[in-house]
Amino acid sequence: MSTASGILSRNDLSALFDALAARGLEVIGPTVSEGAIVLAPLDGPDALPAGWTDVQAPGAYRLHPRDDGALFGHTTPVGGWKRFLHPPTVRLFQAATTADGFTITEGAPPPPRQAFLGVRACDLTAITRLDAVFQGNPFTDPIYAGRRAGAFIIAVTCAQAGPMCFCASMDSGPDLRAPYDVALTEILESDHRFLLEAGSAEGAALLADLPLTPATDRDTAARDRQITQAADQTRALPPGTAERLGRMLDHAHWNAVAARCLSCGNCTMSCPTCFCATVEDSSSLDGATAERHRVWDSCFSLDFSYIHGGSVRESGASRYRQWMTHKLSSWHDQFGTSGCVGCGRCITWCPVGIDITEEAATFAAVDAARHPVEA
Amino acid sequence: MTADLMLPRAFRITKVRRELADTFTLVLAPDDDGPVPPFQPGQFNMLYVPGVGEVPISISGDPAQPETLIHTTRAVGAVTKAMWSLKAGQSIGVRGPFGSSWPVEAALGDDVVIVAGGIGLAPLRPLIHAVMARRAEFGKVLILYGARTPDDILFDKQVRDWRGRFDLSVHVTVDRATGTWSGNVGVVTKLIKRGGFDPHHTTAYVCGPEVMMRYAADALVAKGVASTNIWLSMERNMKCAIGFCGHCQWGGRFVCKDGPVFNHAAVADLLPLTDF
Ligand SMILES: Cc1cc2nc3c(=O)[nH]c(=O)nc-3n(C[C@H](O)[C@H](O)[C@H](O)COP(=O)(O)OP(=O)(O)OC[C@H]3O[C@@H](n4cnc5c(N)ncnc54)[C@H](O)[C@@H]3O)c2cc1C
Ligand code: SF4
Ligand code: SF4
Ligand code: FES
Repeated sequence: MSTASGILSRNDLSALFDALAARGLEVIGPTVSEGAIVLAPLDGPDALPAGWTDVQAPGAYRLHPRDDGALFGHTTPVGGWKRFLHPPTVRLFQAATTADGFTITEGAPPPPRQAFLGVRACDLTAITRLDAVFQGNPFTDPIYAGRRAGAFIIAVTCAQAGPMCFCASMDSGPDLRAPYDVALTEILESDHRFLLEAGSAEGAALLADLPLTPATDRDTAARDRQITQAADQTRALPPGTAERLGRMLDHAHWNAVAARCLSCGNCTMSCPTCFCATVEDSSSLDGATAERHRVWDSCFSLDFSYIHGGSVRESGASRYRQWMTHKLSSWHDQFGTSGCVGCGRCITWCPVGIDITEEAATFAAVDAARHPVEA
Repeated sequence: MTADLMLPRAFRITKVRRELADTFTLVLAPDDDGPVPPFQPGQFNMLYVPGVGEVPISISGDPAQPETLIHTTRAVGAVTKAMWSLKAGQSIGVRGPFGSSWPVEAALGDDVVIVAGGIGLAPLRPLIHAVMARRAEFGKVLILYGARTPDDILFDKQVRDWRGRFDLSVHVTVDRATGTWSGNVGVVTKLIKRGGFDPHHTTAYVCGPEVMMRYAADALVAKGVASTNIWLSMERNMKCAIGFCGHCQWGGRFVCKDGPVFNHAAVADLLPLTDF
């Protein structure tokens, strides 16, 4: 582990892109597209969302200009990094088929090598959540592992939390809680610059290739101030939620949430840790080849739990319960952590604005009324 | 434990046996003539019909002869019906074996009660083989089997052979008597209530539709069998069998990698939640 660090001037930012390109890495980062900040391949610093921020609310998202030219002055980009590690659709294999049998001719496509520029604390933790799903538990997914091994992670310090953020109550932020290659802090005061701090040997090697000036106490103090500011959050998950939901599986409140939920699955699609997928088998018209693709799926669909005779989770209530208990409760049993990192995307992208923290608070209130704490 | 876990291996169908009007057995051998991996009773494979799909099917053969891979399947939908129309000489894809198994050792010295419903006899047959291979190490061995009608009795020749053995009691019941049936009529739990085993020294293995397993386990517990001595095999939608697709989740468990065989005591609280 290296402690290499330095200051990169805003005007030298293209040097960072050049150094990443020289390593054969495709740079993925935030950019404005169709009225939102999304993650996509970036040609250079000009593709970053300069002077834009996002305003998020339950069921609402819009962009707002800012007058300071900040490049990372937004919160969670739409979607997360999940799609770059666990693609929404990927071929598992192709086979040559005859009337009598088949031979596998191709496996999954080779993994790309990518640099993730601007990974926020919650999303950094989300990557470690996915690591636990796809690597060594006990099986390892070669598709995920190949992409993960090639990923160069440049995390970014959050200068402020958005109104949907609750990472501080999820042990996943706002300071960086998981390994990264480089941490980037954008400093807007006096001159626009970036504090870069290496978190790995590869990160230190990258910094050595950049035109850096030494960082001062003023720079690290700015970083700490940002983290303190970002810890000031309006939402939080009530303590004890994991254990409580596990006890309240047959509570009537599930029906009340279900009455509002459309079962659209937006929450699971926008969630940075939802990993579920189905497979699609197909064959060519001439019957000479067959393929299988893995495609993202959601526990809100009826097919998801289908077994001969019907779906196990037929009611909307049982499907909302699967989502919420998996994120907040049964994930602990499966992987020893929460499945939620507090990014708040499921609240923003829910068309009817269902707020998982508010629902968890309702369960806590009902539970407290049922079991008053003995004095 | 990497790439090949996701890739089906081609196996040639060496024999097809029509068991019942909708149920068939395939005997398989690898196209590549390589070794067939050993399996434990209760484990399953993912069987792939090229271009159609892949489904979890338990191994129904003898674990002492893993080189003869045997699967018994009921044709109910797209993939299993496509499998039904395959003939000897054609190939299907196999991934596995996967999942937990019936713990044979757990019953050493005990009476063994095997409770099967319908196609549930297929995943239990390897266990029956394993128990009979070391018959002297157990107390009484009972097979309690429920089928829909007398025409739905799976492996009927083998069931008759088992019934003829002095060291095995086999009781069959049907939901609906037809033809010349003069045996038991009613649900399999009735056979449990009748007893014939020492409940305090019994290990039970149950496989069938989920409700049947729940009531069978309740009947065994009511008889005095410890919940920790009862094992059952769960069924959930499965798209990967290796913990990645999420489809088989059952609360904090993945049926594919933590199951399909579970100890009753560990899951008794989940069983009544039929939509969980
Ligand atoms: C661990 C395990 C072992 C099994 N062992 C056997 C066995 O030995 N013999 C046997 O006949 N059946 C067995 N089954 C059930 C068998 O997997 C289903 O009957 C089969 O998946 C139906 O597929 P289909 O495409 O023909 O049916 P469709 O009704 O067309 O089903 C569509 C899809 O739903 C899913 N699905 C439907 N029913 C089930 C089900 N019961 N369980 C899991 N997924 C389902 C499958 O992905 C299937 O492709 C087992 C299931 C599990 C989970
Ligand atoms: S919440 Fe639903 S879609 Fe998301 S990981 Fe859990 S089961 Fe899968
Ligand atoms: S996004 Fe909202 S409406 Fe859609 S499934 Fe999730 S909770 Fe239900
Ligand atoms: S079958 Fe895919 S996770 Fe269990």
